[in-house]
Amino acid sequence: MKAPVTSLGTAFVDDGRALPGGHAALDRSPAKVFLAFFLVVVTMLFVLLTIAFLGRSQLPDWRSLTAAPGGPLADASRLWFNTALLVASSIALQWGRVAARRGADAAMRKGLAAGALLAIAFIAGQLWLWNDLAARGHAVASNPAASFFYLITALHGAHLAGGLVALAVAFARVVRTPARSRAGVDLVATYWHFLLLVWLAMFALLASPPSTIEFLAALCGFR
Amino acid sequence: MPYADDAPLHEPRSFVTKYIWSQDHKVIAIQYTVTAMAIGLVALVLSHLMRLQIGFPGRFDISAGEYYQYVTMHGMIMVIYLLTAIFLGGFGNYLIPLMVGARDMVFPYVNMLSYWAYLLAVLVLVASFFVPGGPTGAGWTLYPPQAILPGTPGTDWGIVLMLVSLAIFIVAATMGGLNYVTTVLQARCRGMTLLRMPLTVWGIFTATILALLAFPALFVSAVMMLFDKLLGTSFFMPAIVSMGRQLEHSGGSPILFQHLFWFFGHPEVYIVALPAFGIISDLIATHARKNIFGYRMMVWAIVAIGGLSFVVWAHHMYISGMNPYFGFFFATTTLIIAIPTAIKVYNWVLTLWRGDIHLTTPMLFAIGFISTFVIGGLTGLFLGNVSVDIPLSDTYFVVAHFHMVMGVSPILAVFGGIYHWFPKVTGRMMDERLGKLHFWVTFIGTYAIYFPMHYLGFLGMPRRYYESNYDFIPQSAHDLNAFITIAALAVGAFQIVFLYNLVWSTFRGKPAGANPWRATSLEWQTPDTPPVHGNWGARLPVVHRWAYDYSVPGAPEDFIPQTVPHEEVAVGGEHLRAEAAT
Repeated sequence: MKAPVTSLGTAFVDDGRALPGGHAALDRSPAKVFLAFFLVVVTMLFVLLTIAFLGRSQLPDWRSLTAAPGGPLADASRLWFNTALLVASSIALQWGRVAARRGADAAMRKGLAAGALLAIAFIAGQLWLWNDLAARGHAVASNPAASFFYLITALHGAHLAGGLVALAVAFARVVRTPARSRAGVDLVATYWHFLLLVWLAMFALLASPPSTIEFLAALCGFR
Repeated sequence: MPYADDAPLHEPRSFVTKYIWSQDHKVIAIQYTVTAMAIGLVALVLSHLMRLQIGFPGRFDISAGEYYQYVTMHGMIMVIYLLTAIFLGGFGNYLIPLMVGARDMVFPYVNMLSYWAYLLAVLVLVASFFVPGGPTGAGWTLYPPQAILPGTPGTDWGIVLMLVSLAIFIVAATMGGLNYVTTVLQARCRGMTLLRMPLTVWGIFTATILALLAFPALFVSAVMMLFDKLLGTSFFMPAIVSMGRQLEHSGGSPILFQHLFWFFGHPEVYIVALPAFGIISDLIATHARKNIFGYRMMVWAIVAIGGLSFVVWAHHMYISGMNPYFGFFFATTTLIIAIPTAIKVYNWVLTLWRGDIHLTTPMLFAIGFISTFVIGGLTGLFLGNVSVDIPLSDTYFVVAHFHMVMGVSPILAVFGGIYHWFPKVTGRMMDERLGKLHFWVTFIGTYAIYFPMHYLGFLGMPRRYYESNYDFIPQSAHDLNAFITIAALAVGAFQIVFLYNLVWSTFRGKPAGANPWRATSLEWQTPDTPPVHGNWGARLPVVHRWAYDYSVPGAPEDFIPQTVPHEEVAVGGEHLRAEAAT
């Protein structure tokens, strides 16, 4: 029997575990890894916005968004309505994703189309809300809290708009070559759920009563 | 579509798809490198103009506004558009797929978009030189409120283009970075474990993760500043009277910007330094014909530095005023980061120790790097302490420190890396005599420029000042400044020799062969030099060992490529072979 050969200075010798590593050993698709890291980047973006929001909230000119009466989000019902649209959009995409996995192409197409339309409705709803707030005297420069509201909703909306482009590409591909392109639907649906989670977190932050914001700011050491 | 072993390679045919709208990582790497060097030359010239004013005040008809524009654009271009782009987009793009045994980046199309977005960012930046008012003169840190107030040059157009350009750059860096990370994690060839990767890949990989996590902070601060500038919000802008007029802004916090900026800015130092660390490790091991000392320690040091780099940012803000406990925390973390960094320096020196040192041009640059990096790192230990930093912070001592540690040192690594990998990129050697001349002039010249600045700092010579006709600045400081300016002009002009060598060698250099440095790592084992599209011919390589089998006792040659199976080289000396047989 041929003995394994060790060598000086060779810290990593094949020791019978076959050849480790390499893509053969990994079952995750590169696209999923790519998306996972992208989601980390986007998370970082919104975490930093949150921290900036909490830090800024401790300065004297801050007026809570939810302060009644007359605070821009004192009545958050429109925001709840928009949130419902985004939840529905996510559900539709999930429906499409499950259909894609089963190979039910017609149902998948319906799911994707419904998801896209609901997401567009969400963005339209947010824009409508902007208009409404501005008309009620809460324009972007009216108060730092309002500025953050516009900034955060704009960045979230921009990410969703980018997602719509990805969805359109995935849709076109899956219509042409259904068998090869279903993975794309999976990725888009994951991104959608992620953006829903981001939105729920941002919604919670923006619509929090002043006491919650004080508590979070204290937790971050701003008080 | 990601590359797999059996994926059809759509070989580009036309000139345009091959060299312009290219999806080949090697072409994209060259595009990144050439663009970064071109904009870097602009920044070099700006530094000369700035030095003319400092060395010979008033002689060259440079206004205060122009001076601040030179300072700002020099800093921003060097840090972001040259160093970050060349290490990640240039070296990262070229070396990652070749070093881990992949055919290309996993998403070549996104990789191509990354370069074009980077080019767009550069063009927007360059455009700011031609708009009314010129580029911003806010200093490279762009601190509000002055960055967007009248009185600072370029507050109408310059600052807006600067912020937009940064945002585009971040999009480009993110598209590239996601590709590099995914390629390292998912596209390594058989046998290439993470702990067999060359340290260059480890450095670039970790730096890319830092970039992905840190750039969002710059993005957020850029967007918020754009809001303040264009929409009249008050994220960063306090109530302020500017030019005798009360502005609309009120209540904002400039310190908030500083926190966001440096939460990006400090990791940025290591985004530039970690790839340099990796490249230097590989140059030293290859040209000293020795395995790198403490490979695993080197990897963990890179990872530890990367982690720590996110908790030291406020050491850039000691003079902004902070809770003493806050300062104490950041001083402590700053000093702790010296430990893994020192480990790296010791390991480089121990790799050189009793090595078969070949003083090639790349090796000279690598050894030069150790020298400049130690000098810059040691002054960093001083400045990391709050009580030392406060008197020195606004002096030339800080200019000397950061130019040694993240100006000169990374540039030496870039030069060393270019001289080292040029034969693989072009198939030709660069001229060694010109290369060595280039090294000695650059190395001694940069010491001539930056070493006296430490002394100027101790004298109390303030940085950023346009004029220096103050009583507290002695004549000796003015003489020293004139000397520094002459040295800077000479060293800068001498880089022509490097450019000439680069161009001349591309066409006329001595043919290099596949592996002129007799190196072990995968990029030197390609079937073609320069590597063709797809890198590896019909079959992907298989890796059997780490990248540092140099001077293995008993081996027929003083290097064993990573692709050589253990059965093919009986090594280890008599006693080890006997030991293994029993």
